[in-house]
Amino acid sequence: MHIHFLDPYRSGNSLIHRLDPRVKLVLALAFILTCALTPPGAWPIYILLFASILAIEILSALGLGYVLKRAVLAFPFVLAALPIIFTTPGTVWQELGISRWELIITLPGLVRFLSIAFKSWLSVQAAIVLAASTPFPELLVAMRAVRIPRLLVAIFGLMWRYLFVLADEALRLIRARAARSGNSNQPSIKAGRDLVWRARVTGGMAGNLFLRALERSDRIYLAMVSRGYDGEVRTLPLPAITSANWLGLLAGLAILGILLSLSFLFGS
Amino acid sequence: MHIPDGFLSVSVSVILWIVSIVVVGYALKRVGKDLGERQVPMMGMLAAAIFAGQMLNFAVAGGTSGHLMGAALATILLGPWAAVLVLTSVVSIQALIFQDGGLLALGANIFNMGIVGVAVAFMAYHTVKKLAGGRKWGLYLGGFIAAWLSIEVAALSVALQLALSNTSPANLAIPAMAGVHALIGTGEGLITVGALAFLSTARRDLVEAGEADPIKGSLVWVAGLLIALVLAIASPLASARPDGLERIAGQLGFLDAARASRSQIIPDYVLPGVSNTALATILAGIIGVLIVFGVALAVGYTRRSVYRSERRSEHLSERPDHQASSK
Repeated sequence: MHIHFLDPYRSGNSLIHRLDPRVKLVLALAFILTCALTPPGAWPIYILLFASILAIEILSALGLGYVLKRAVLAFPFVLAALPIIFTTPGTVWQELGISRWELIITLPGLVRFLSIAFKSWLSVQAAIVLAASTPFPELLVAMRAVRIPRLLVAIFGLMWRYLFVLADEALRLIRARAARSGNSNQPSIKAGRDLVWRARVTGGMAGNLFLRALERSDRIYLAMVSRGYDGEVRTLPLPAITSANWLGLLAGLAILGILLSLSFLFGS
Repeated sequence: MHIPDGFLSVSVSVILWIVSIVVVGYALKRVGKDLGERQVPMMGMLAAAIFAGQMLNFAVAGGTSGHLMGAALATILLGPWAAVLVLTSVVSIQALIFQDGGLLALGANIFNMGIVGVAVAFMAYHTVKKLAGGRKWGLYLGGFIAAWLSIEVAALSVALQLALSNTSPANLAIPAMAGVHALIGTGEGLITVGALAFLSTARRDLVEAGEADPIKGSLVWVAGLLIALVLAIASPLASARPDGLERIAGQLGFLDAARASRSQIIPDYVLPGVSNTALATILAGIIGVLIVFGVALAVGYTRRSVYRSERRSEHLSERPDHQASSK
């Protein structure tokens, strides 16, 4: 069993796939920033932002179902914002009496909560489209273009390359543990001994993984040195951004700018 | 503990981005000096190991399971600066590729897990080791406390940021986060001790190399102590008197404040020619539907023409193929 499913990239030849990765990264960040800056309750702007990300998803040919399903997976965090429905002062919208507890839902609280949830959902979609339509090496190029230190980008690149190898190692460790500690289909029968024992075994596996990674990093380092590595990260110069891509970047930023300035008019 | 986008105010995100950039930049320089050309392969591999290590889990109770986060383990074995780099890489890849945590919130996530977690773990581990005076229990107790504190204090930091962003009320978020993560931290502590037990039998040199000379890390020790103290004191205060925190949030949220004043300058001013918000919302809905519909039509149309031209080229290429195969 291998961990290919970790890689979110879905190959394709759509307009969004062909867009320059630097343009994509900047536009995704700008979209998320626009969402964050839009004041709560600016529903017309949220709708337009949603329409634009939906349009991008259709253009990217990733499959709407795929993007929307993945976007829901990031949703449980919304629970953290739930209490503000009750604590924000303002006009009362609904009173809930659960046995002796009195919960008062205020209108501003509800607006704020729904805004946070919706904005978060929109932002996640932008990040998903970026990750699913851009192969990781191209994302590295984009990161270099936005002035992330070259060394850090090199570390990210190496990490990505060996992530799958180490994830496979972790899976093998898990399989070996399952094979040795008598798994049962009955949920009442726990594999292995008590909690502390189980935690210690898992710790041993983590230590083992760490050791294997360290030893592998030695071998990789020697392989790199024998191929002429001298500590300097050399990369090809970034290719020029074509005029079509510039146009896409400027158009995207202009649309987001217009939406953002409109949103200040609707803000509550 | 990964904060998604949309939950932090822009001012909190930007401030934490700046802090994280400064610390990570310094860590890059420090680790570069220590490891030299080994930096890239070693940091990359260990980041991948921590990432994969987070897949290892164990059953706790009622279908829940505990898993490793690794801030304390990385700090103990690699020293604080390398641990900052490793955790920054892990958190960044999680955000970029797996949408585990947001992109705008990435600065905050690096701060919470990579900086707060590491500094606090360093402080706790080295304090306990010093008290134990080289006896074996110092390693395990120090490892457990470092792991537990790194999770707990990072969770407090997340809760405070959410409260400062006015996303969740301090008097609910802080006790809830602290309670849940006290349990999660126990799991982290047990796994960390298990890993240290294994490593001190298999490769004692690694465990001992990590402690190196504590004087070099004294800055980190002080930072860890300060962070732990500030958060431990600020959190109960904030949860007891959320009003005070709201005031800080008000002062900190200069962007929100600026925005509020601007909308006061032009009160009730909606789209020119459109006099009320409900109408504007409906209009936006119609425009949105038109955009999506138009794009879908255009994509469908181009796909059909691509399909047609492919079929045509198949027809054209039949003869040359035939010739090629007969050769």
